[in-house]
Amino acid sequence: MDWSHSLRLIAPEETLSIAGLILLLLAAWGGDKASRLISILAVAALVGATALVAPALCGGAMGADTSAFFGQFRADAFSSYAKILIYLSAAVTLVVAPAFFERTAAMRAEFPVLIVFAALGSGMMVSASDLLTLYVGLEMNSLAAYVLAAFVRTDGRSAEAGLKYFVLGALASGILLFGMSLTYGFTGTTSFDGINAALAGGLSNGAVFGIVFMLAGLAFKISAVPFHMWTPDVYEGAPTPVTTFFATSGKVAAVGLTMRVLLDAFGDQAAAWRQIIVFIALASIIVGALGAIGQKNIKRLMAYSSINNVGFILVGLATANVQGASAMLFYMALYVAMSLGGFVAILMLKDEAGRPVEDIQSLGGLSRTRPGLALALAIVMFSLAGIPPLFGFWGKFLVFQAAVEADLMALAFIGFAASVIGAFYYLKVVKIIYFDEPVNAVTGESDVWHKAILVVTCLIMSPLGYLLTRWLSGLTDTAATALFFTS
Amino acid sequence: MSGFPILSLMLAVPLAAALACLFLEAKAARTLALVATLVDFALGVVLWLNFDVGGAQWQFTERLEIFSGFSWALGIDGIALLLIMLSVFLMPICIGASRSIEKRVGEYMAAFLLVETLMLGVFMAQDIFLFYMFFEAGLIPMYLIIGIWGGADRIYASYKFFLYTLLGSVLMLVAMLWMVHTAGTTDVPTLMAYDFAPSVQTWLWLAFFASFAVKMPMWPVHTWLPAAHVQAPTAGSVILAGVLLKMGGYGFIRFSLPMFPEASAYFGPLVWGLSMAAVVITSLIALVQNDMKKLIAYSSVAHMAIVTLGLFAFNVQGLEGSMLVMLSHGLVSGALFLCVGVIYDRLHTREIDRYGGLAINMPRYALFFLLFTMASIGLPGTSGFVGEFLSLGGIYQVSTWAALIGTTGIILGAAYMLFLYRRVVFGEQKNADAAAMPDLDTRELLMVVPLGLAVMWMGVYPESFIAPMRADIAALDARLARAKPHGDSAPTTGKAKPAHAESAAHGGSH
Repeated sequence: MDWSHSLRLIAPEETLSIAGLILLLLAAWGGDKASRLISILAVAALVGATALVAPALCGGAMGADTSAFFGQFRADAFSSYAKILIYLSAAVTLVVAPAFFERTAAMRAEFPVLIVFAALGSGMMVSASDLLTLYVGLEMNSLAAYVLAAFVRTDGRSAEAGLKYFVLGALASGILLFGMSLTYGFTGTTSFDGINAALAGGLSNGAVFGIVFMLAGLAFKISAVPFHMWTPDVYEGAPTPVTTFFATSGKVAAVGLTMRVLLDAFGDQAAAWRQIIVFIALASIIVGALGAIGQKNIKRLMAYSSINNVGFILVGLATANVQGASAMLFYMALYVAMSLGGFVAILMLKDEAGRPVEDIQSLGGLSRTRPGLALALAIVMFSLAGIPPLFGFWGKFLVFQAAVEADLMALAFIGFAASVIGAFYYLKVVKIIYFDEPVNAVTGESDVWHKAILVVTCLIMSPLGYLLTRWLSGLTDTAATALFFTS
Repeated sequence: MSGFPILSLMLAVPLAAALACLFLEAKAARTLALVATLVDFALGVVLWLNFDVGGAQWQFTERLEIFSGFSWALGIDGIALLLIMLSVFLMPICIGASRSIEKRVGEYMAAFLLVETLMLGVFMAQDIFLFYMFFEAGLIPMYLIIGIWGGADRIYASYKFFLYTLLGSVLMLVAMLWMVHTAGTTDVPTLMAYDFAPSVQTWLWLAFFASFAVKMPMWPVHTWLPAAHVQAPTAGSVILAGVLLKMGGYGFIRFSLPMFPEASAYFGPLVWGLSMAAVVITSLIALVQNDMKKLIAYSSVAHMAIVTLGLFAFNVQGLEGSMLVMLSHGLVSGALFLCVGVIYDRLHTREIDRYGGLAINMPRYALFFLLFTMASIGLPGTSGFVGEFLSLGGIYQVSTWAALIGTTGIILGAAYMLFLYRRVVFGEQKNADAAAMPDLDTRELLMVVPLGLAVMWMGVYPESFIAPMRADIAALDARLARAKPHGDSAPTTGKAKPAHAESAAHGGSH
C-alpha cells in the first residue's frame, strides 16, 4: 500500500478540499461581493470532481485496487455513482440559490463554501469502509448542514430549523457513536471488512445492540420513521435551496452510507437486520403518506414525501442482494431528479414582490395563470406518486421487483397498497392546481436558470426517461456489484 | 408481417396531436383533434383491411429492445383488432360531441387525444409491463377530464375514480412481477401459454381480478362508475363507457382466462354470483333513477355483468357473445350518452322530469334515441341482441341458474330503458323550454348516424365482427378446455341442445 496510490484514489476529495479552502480565503478577503465569483468557482470544482469520479464508475472499479489508506476509504464504482449524484445536485443547488437569496440580499460568500464542504463530507460518507471514516464524513457533512439550515439569519424559521437540526442531529450522532462503540467492542475492529469477518461465526447479543443503535442513528440521517420528526420542520424552515440540497445530496449520502454499513459491514448478517428494515420501510411509506395529507405548506408536503420515498428505497435494502441494491441506486437517481424538479418548481412560486409562495391553497388555478409551471408541478407530483408512464414509476417498479424476486411478497403487497395512500396527497396538489379557481398568488417572474433546470428534470421524469433505462441500469448494476464485491 | 410499423404510427398520431393541442387556440385545437382522430380512424380501417383473417395469431408485430426490463412490443390479434376499431371509431365522435366545451379547449383536446393513445396502447401491447403502463397511464388524463370539465360533484368523482382503479392495479402489478420472475419472460403470448402451478394461480387470479373487476366494473366495486359518468362531460362519458370499460373485459380475456385456466374455473361461481347480483341489483337501481346519465351508467354495470357471465362460461358461444356485447355496448352506451348530451346541451339538466314529449318537437332525435334504446334492450336486429343471446346461451350450458337470472337483466333492461324513453320522448310537452328545443343539427346527425348504422350492421350481419376473432376465441377455448367446469344443463338427449346451438349459430354466422 503506497501513499501515491491512495492519494490518486482520493483525487476528487483533494480537489474539493483545496477548492473549498481557496474559496474560503477568497470569501474572507473578497466579502459578499465576491459571492457570485465564488459560486461559479464552486460549481466548477464540483463539476471537476464529478469528472474525476466518473471513470471509476464507467470502468467498474472494484476490489482491492480501490481501497485507500489501509482500508479506511474505498473509491469503487458504488461510491463513484453516489458521488456523481451528490456533486451534481450540490452544483444545481448553487446554480439555483442566487435568485432565491437575491431579494433579501442574504447571499453570502460562505454559502458556496459550505455547500462544497458538505458535498465533500457526503462523498466521504459513501466511500467509508471504516467506522472512523464514516464518522468523520458524517460530521463534516452535518456541521456544514446545520449552518446551512440556519443560513438566513434574519428569518426566525430558518434559525429554528438550524437549531432543531443541530440538537436532534447531535443526538442521532451520539446514538450512532454508541452503536459504533458497541460494534467495536464486540468485534475488536473498526474496519468494515474486519467487522464482517469477526461476525462470521455468529452474532452476539452485544453486536446486535450495536447494529440496532447504528441503525437508529442512520435512520435519523435518512429521515426514516420513527426518527423522521425533524424532517418537516427543517425542510420547511430552511431556505428552499438548502432544502433542495438536503433532499438530494444529503439523502443520497445518508442512504449510500446506510447501504455501505448494512451490506458491507453487516452484509452476512442480513437475517438480523432485515426485519428492522422491513418495519422502517413500511412505517416510512405509511407515515409519510398519512402525514402529508393534512399539510398546508408545500415544503412540508415535500418533506413527508421524502419520508415516504425513503420507505420505498428501503424496500430495496430489505432484499440484501445485488438486485435490490441496484434498484435502490436507480431509485435514488430518479429521486434526485424528482426532488430537484420539485424544489426548483417551488423556488419559482413567487408573488409579485418575489416573496416565496409556500401555501398550497394559494396555488389554486395555477394551470390557468402559469400553465408551464403547473404542468411541471403536475409531472413532479404524478412522478413522485409513481403513476406510469412517468419515470418515477420505474423506481418503485424496480425496488418492488427486487422484493418480489427475493420472496418478500408481503412487503411488496403492503408497500404497493400503501402507495395508493400516497397517491392521494399528490392528487390533492394536482387538484388544487388544475381544478380550483385561480387565486393569482403566483405572479413573480422566474429565473432563467430555474426554468432550464426544471425543463431538464421534467424531461427526465417524462416517458422519455425510459430511454435512459438501459444505460442507467447498466451503471447501477456495476455500482451494486462493486458494493458486494468481496476481495 | 408487413414491415411498416402501422401500430406505432397509430399511437404516434394522437400523441403528436395532443402535444400540439396544448399550444393551440380553441378553434385550431378542435380542428386538429378532429383531423388526428379521423386519420387514426383511417389507419384503423387500413389495419382491418390488411388483417389476415385466419392467418397468424399475432399480426403487425413490432419489437424494439430499447428499454431495460421490458420492450416496446406491439401486435394484435382479432380480439384486439375489434376493440381498436371500436376506439378509433368512437374518438372522432367524442371530439365532435365536445362542442359545448368552452373552457380550456386546447388542454381538453390534448387530454382526449392522450386517452386515445393510451387506450390503443393497452390493446396493442405485447409486453406485460408495457401493457401495465398503458393501462395505468390512462388514469391521469381521465382524472383531469373528470376533474376540470366535469359537473358539480366532479372533485369527489375524480378522486374516487383514480384511487379505486389505482388500488386495483397495484395489486395486479405485484402479481405481474411474480409471474415474470417465474416464467422468465415479459412476452404476453409466451405467458399466455405458460402453465403456472394451480395453487399459485389462485393468488395471481385474485390480484388480476382486483384490477379488472374495478375497471369492468363488477358489483360491488362499481360505485366509482356512476359518480364518474355523471360528472364527466358528454364526450368523457362516451369514451369511459365506450372503451375504458372494455379494458376490464379485455384484461379477463387476454390475461386471467388464458394464463390461469384452473383458477378461472375455480372462481367461476364467484364471478357468476357477482354477475347475477349485479344484473338484478343495478337494473333495479337504474329503474328508480331521476338522472338520465346515472340511469345509463347503472345499465352499463348490468351489461358488463352479462359480459362476465359469457366470459366465464368457458365455451366458444359465451366468449364470442361477451366480445360482441362489449362491442355493442361500446357503441350503444356511447350513443345513449351522446343522446343525453344532445338535450343536456340545450337545457343544461339531466333530470328526466324536466323533459317530456320530445317526439313532437324533435322527431329525428326521437327516432335515433329509440334505435339506441332498442339496441340497449337487445331487440333482434340490433347489435345488443346478438351478443346477449350468445352470452346467455353460453352460460346456460354451464349454469342454468346463472342463465335464468342473467336473462332477467334483459327484462329489467327493457323496463328501465322503455320507462326512460317514455318519460323523455313520449307524453305531453309539460315543460315549455323543453318543448322549444330544436331538433338535431347537422353536426349531431353526423355523430349519431354512423353509430346507428354500426349498431344495425352488427345486429344484421355480425359475421363481419365474429370472423376476425373466431380463430382467437377457438384458441382460447382450446386453452380453457382442460379446466372446463361441468355444466348443469345436462343435455341428455340430443334434442334440446341442437335447437339451441342452431339458433345461436343463426345469430352468429348468418
